[in-house]
Amino acid sequence: MEKTRYKLNKELAQMLKGGVIMDVTTPEQAKIAEAAGACAVMALERIPADIRAAGGVSRMSDPQMIRGIQEAVSIPVMAKCRIGHFVEAQILEAIEIDYIDESEVLSPADDVYHIDKTKFKVPFVCGARDLGEALRRIAEGASMIRTKGEPGTGDIIQAVRHMRAMNAEIRRVQNLREDELFEAAKQLQVPLNLLRSVHENGRLPVVNFAAGGVATPADAALMMQLGAEGVFVGSGIFKSGDPAKRAAAIVQAVTNYTDAKRIAELSSGLGEAMVGINENEIALLMAERGK
Amino acid sequence: MRIGILALQGAFAEHAAVLDRLGTEHFLIRQLRDIKLPFDSLILPGGESTTMGKLLRDLELFTPLAGMIREGLPVFGTCAGLILLAQEVEGGAPCFGTMGITARRNAYGRQLGSFYTEATFRGLGRVPMTFIRAPYIQAVSPGVEILAEVDGHIVAARQGSQLVTAFHPELTDDLPFTDTSCR
Repeated sequence: MEKTRYKLNKELAQMLKGGVIMDVTTPEQAKIAEAAGACAVMALERIPADIRAAGGVSRMSDPQMIRGIQEAVSIPVMAKCRIGHFVEAQILEAIEIDYIDESEVLSPADDVYHIDKTKFKVPFVCGARDLGEALRRIAEGASMIRTKGEPGTGDIIQAVRHMRAMNAEIRRVQNLREDELFEAAKQLQVPLNLLRSVHENGRLPVVNFAAGGVATPADAALMMQLGAEGVFVGSGIFKSGDPAKRAAAIVQAVTNYTDAKRIAELSSGLGEAMVGINENEIALLMAERGK
Repeated sequence: MRIGILALQGAFAEHAAVLDRLGTEHFLIRQLRDIKLPFDSLILPGGESTTMGKLLRDLELFTPLAGMIREGLPVFGTCAGLILLAQEVEGGAPCFGTMGITARRNAYGRQLGSFYTEATFRGLGRVPMTFIRAPYIQAVSPGVEILAEVDGHIVAARQGSQLVTAFHPELTDDLPFTDTSCR
């Protein structure tokens, strides 16, 4: 991938900052999300909670369904492909998706290799649980990172754990002596040049969102206060009682994430939140996929 | 000189970083109480115009800011900011609608259509221009000065104290450009 293209792809993620990216399964949901203030939508056939409930192999969505969503909204449209499934990624590039999520939510297609994302013109976002995973995905060509969290659970604990782990490691790397970076790169199993960038700038070289388990305005604000630059909400919106109202409330909570009074108002009378499953009640940990 | 940057969503931090390097005093506007103190000009950053339009209304910022712009508060809109100021938006509803331009959203298509180029900007010579899912200006009313064109499409314009670019000078660290725009 040419250098300019990669920069443009990182810059699209910069334009999404401070925003909420919502999972949608139909053009109607996409319109609700856009009207509620989503800065992008993720088009998929089943939201993570339903994938979890249905079991079986979960794949890239039908391109026709994705096209329907692309035609319904003016905001960027993202879609997921399986980890390592570079042909699904080629298909998504062919239909001019704005961002591909190489996602652990779907069944992995390869248990060793991720997609060589440098071979694509279209941008990729990938999940990560810690700094090592994040920098490995960036080395493969990802131009945006998100925490893995635990999708489809409505349980925020994993997203919190991943964001804290990543930022704690970034602070540690920042404080290393320069001659200690070689050993740190070896231990983290990441390229030295990316680790140097973290050391110098105190942040990932790409935008970092929170994802996986966000169900309430308070969850979204929590992730923002922990250092997320924006939030993905998957099952949390369209599995709740009043999706339009909840979506708009989460969007506002992300903009004013330190204003507790406002978040109190936003959290009032939202109707039922998604039921949710605790992390210790689930059989399948999606975050364990693709390291 | 005190500049307010609309910080509801998008690339507001990038504008703040450029102003930091220029040593220009600035602050972020996230809600009504942020604009209680007077300020000299306003930046509307890149991001998603539909998101910002919705939040402007939800946060009750729309009416006061629209009033200030109409009364002559200098304003600089980049990308989504251009769309917020446009009197007409193709296939969408205008937001502030204070500038006599017609904006075409996503005029270059999806992300694969995003590009970088250099082109002539009136009074500044050749400047770097980054277009991210950018709009362009389809038509201008009399009294709007065209400042830059790329491939026959208008990508920068000025009307009175309103300045817009379809591209992102804040992404290219083009300090002279921003410095001139501020003034």
